[in-house]
Amino acid sequence: MDSRGFSAGVKAGSSIAIGYFPIALTFGLLAKTTGLSLIEATAMSIFVFAGAAQYISLSLIAAGVAPILIVLNTFVVNIRHFLMTAALNEKMQPDARWKKALYAFGITDESFSVLATQQGGRLKTSFAAGVILISYSSWVVFTAVGHMIGANLPQFLQASMSIALYAMFVGLLVPSMRRNRKVVSLAAIAGLTHAFFYFTEWLSTGWAILVATLASAVFVELISPKERKS
Amino acid sequence: MGAWFWWMILGMAVVTYIPRAIPLTFLEGRELPASVQNVLRNIPYAVLGALIFPAIFFIQEGNIWFGVVGAVAAFGIAFAGANVMIVVLGSIAVLACYSLFFM
Repeated sequence: MDSRGFSAGVKAGSSIAIGYFPIALTFGLLAKTTGLSLIEATAMSIFVFAGAAQYISLSLIAAGVAPILIVLNTFVVNIRHFLMTAALNEKMQPDARWKKALYAFGITDESFSVLATQQGGRLKTSFAAGVILISYSSWVVFTAVGHMIGANLPQFLQASMSIALYAMFVGLLVPSMRRNRKVVSLAAIAGLTHAFFYFTEWLSTGWAILVATLASAVFVELISPKERKS
Repeated sequence: MGAWFWWMILGMAVVTYIPRAIPLTFLEGRELPASVQNVLRNIPYAVLGALIFPAIFFIQEGNIWFGVVGAVAAFGIAFAGANVMIVVLGSIAVLACYSLFFM
C-alpha cells in the first residue's frame, strides 16, 4: 500500500485548488448576477460541491425552470460519478464504511482524477482526505470571494484562467501516456466518442461523458492482449 | 430567492451525493470479477480523455483558436515533463500573453 498520508494529499490536491480558483470565482460572480445572495451562492458550493451541475443550475434558475427539474438535471449530470467512485474503490485502502461515506462527498472529476492516477498501490484514506480538504476549501472560499469581487478581475485574466481545469486534466494524463500506450488509446477513444455526441447533440453532456468513458474502457479491455494485463 | 431555493439545494446535495457514496460504501469488502476490475482500472484514463475533448477547444465562445492555443500549451508543457501545477500555471500564462498581444 502507498504510505503517503494527509499532508502529501494536501500537496497533491493543491493543483486542484489552483484550478478551482478561477472556476469558483466565476461561479460566485455568475451567481451574483443571477440574483443569489452571498449566503445562497456559498451554501450551494458548501452543500453541493459539483462545478458543472452548479453552473447549469444557475442558467436554469435564470430561465425560471422548476426547482424539481433543476434537481433532476443535477442528478443526470452527476451520474458519471457512479462510474468514477466504483473505479476509485479499487484504488482505495479498505476502510470503515462511515469514513468512506464521509470522503465520498468530496469526489469530483478533479479529485477523482488526481487520486486515480497516483502511481503505486492502494491509497490511504488520510491521503484522500488531504486531496479533498484542500480542493473543497478552495471551491467554497473562492465562490464567496467571487461573489464579492469577481467582476474586478481583469477580463483577459478571467478568460485565460478558463483553461485551468483542462490543463490540470492534461497534466494528469500525459505522464501516464508516456508510460503506457494503452492510456493513449483509452483517452483518444473516449475523447472522440464524446466529440461525436457533442457535435451530433444526441446526448446531454452528463450522459455523453458517461457513455464515452464506459465505451472506451470496455472496448480497450476487449482488444488488449490478455497476457499483458497486470 | 425564496424558501424553494433551500429545498432545491437540499435536493441537489442529495442527488449529487448518491452517485459518489453508493459505489464506495456498497462495494467495500466485495471482490468484483476480474474483467470488471480491468474495465474499472481503465476508467480514469478514459474519463480524462472525455473530460478534455472536445471541451478544451471551446473554452472561449466564438474563438476556437483560444482553446487550441491553450490545448497546445498544456500538452506541450506536460510532454516536456513538468508537474501538474506547472502545467496549470504555464497554460494560464501562455493564454494571458496570447490575449494581451493577439486579441
